Amino acid sequence: MMLIPCPWCGPRDESEFHYGGQAGVAYPADPAALSDEEWAKYLFFRDNPKGPFRERWSHSAGCRRWFSLVRDTVTNEVLS
Amino acid sequence: MAGPVGTRPAPGGDLPEHPDRLWRNPEPKASYDVIVVGGGGHGLATAYYLAKNHGITNVAVLERGWLAGGNMARNTTIIRSNYLWDESAGIYEHSLKLWESLEQELDYPILFSQRGVLNLAHSLQDVRDSVRRVHANRLNGVDAEWLTPAQVREVCPIVNISPDVRYPVHGATYQPRAGIAKHDYVAWGYARAADALGVDLIQHCEVQGLQISNGRVTGVHTDLGTIGAGKVALSAAGHTSVVAAGAGIDLPLQSHPLQALVSELLEPVHPTVVMSNAVHVYVSQAHKGELVMGAGIDTWNGYGQRGAFHIIERQMSAALELFPVFARAHVLRTWGGIVDVTPDASPIVGLAPVENLYLNCGWGTGGFKATPGVGWCYAHTVAHGEPHPLNAPFSLERFVTGALVDEHGAAAVAH
Repeated sequence: MMLIPCPWCGPRDESEFHYGGQAGVAYPADPAALSDEEWAKYLFFRDNPKGPFRERWSHSAGCRRWFSLVRDTVTNEVLS
Repeated sequence: MAGPVGTRPAPGGDLPEHPDRLWRNPEPKASYDVIVVGGGGHGLATAYYLAKNHGITNVAVLERGWLAGGNMARNTTIIRSNYLWDESAGIYEHSLKLWESLEQELDYPILFSQRGVLNLAHSLQDVRDSVRRVHANRLNGVDAEWLTPAQVREVCPIVNISPDVRYPVHGATYQPRAGIAKHDYVAWGYARAADALGVDLIQHCEVQGLQISNGRVTGVHTDLGTIGAGKVALSAAGHTSVVAAGAGIDLPLQSHPLQALVSELLEPVHPTVVMSNAVHVYVSQAHKGELVMGAGIDTWNGYGQRGAFHIIERQMSAALELFPVFARAHVLRTWGGIVDVTPDASPIVGLAPVENLYLNCGWGTGGFKATPGVGWCYAHTVAHGEPHPLNAPFSLERFVTGALVDEHGAAAVAH
């Protein structure tokens, strides 16, 4: 069980949160201009590092806000 | 063994000889025709069929830990082929047919037990989806039946079919030929047979990068040095992204912990395999007597081979709702493995963007059942440099073309 630091509510139990995957994946500015490969990259491909990973979390059973943090995917240590 | 006191072994200290080793432990050669990265069930089966079906015996299997100590040692050993789509029915049913004669093929006991699988339906939508899947299975020659709650109870008397629960059982699909096998024995059987055909099984040898020149792979960098290879076949499950990233290859994979647990040893109470998507647990009883349970993945990406306890708690409460008789059973042990999940819950088996490199990954939560089938097809793919017809639909290109094989429903595990 992880203790996840919600920027607004403080450290809370992992079970209060929803996971949102990799952070910083922007919707393409002009989707129609993308090739099939580029669209597939946007739609299906996400980083999957062993180590520090910048990711999205939602405090869905609390303040319901989304935020990003960096977590080590091996140790679950929250780095920032 | 009579002799003066002090030269005789202590009572009980007279141990038998160690049994024969099942495989050699060779030093790696300078190069191989094929290097298989990952010594789990899939890697071992692939090496075996490369040697057996294609006469390619200058093969090494490189394993960073000990043989079959990753997901092969951590899965819940369920074998079935009742997936929805034609593509899946093709490869999983091929696999099930191979399971049915695997003991004879490997000349090794694997405790394969075709005790059937029930996939429970808990809502009207579940019922419709399940009946549709039964019809799809039958059209593909896969044995499948739709059972009423009373018939479910006949197959598995300990399932609670009372309408008086939060998620009542409205019926189930039943595949009688499904079952379980002893996962360690499966790995050992393949390892022993591959070794006998000349395959080098090299343990404690971690692949840290791929050697690539002019767009083709020529070897692997390991902690035991660089080993040359005519072809490299990845079969590294949850760590595939890490290995592929070294070659600059992006894959649509996310690695997650998947947890399982066993109870203490109980007398035989559970005659089949029961899976439930909605209540979300799957349970069988091992030959030795433990109840073996699994559920969904932990939602976050992770490589730590452990997950959160609330996942275990939910899975046990689901099991209790379905099987009130388990109320007094104790958990003996829980553990986690790292599974590589794709967007459509189907695997990626085939060619890679780099020449002479091959991909077998993305099996997510369901790789064990496919062990013989994927070994067979992947060996063909590697030997011929083009996909076997049964794994051709599972190409990496499908994420660009859009020809996905969406098995989120029949995967029976939340992704």
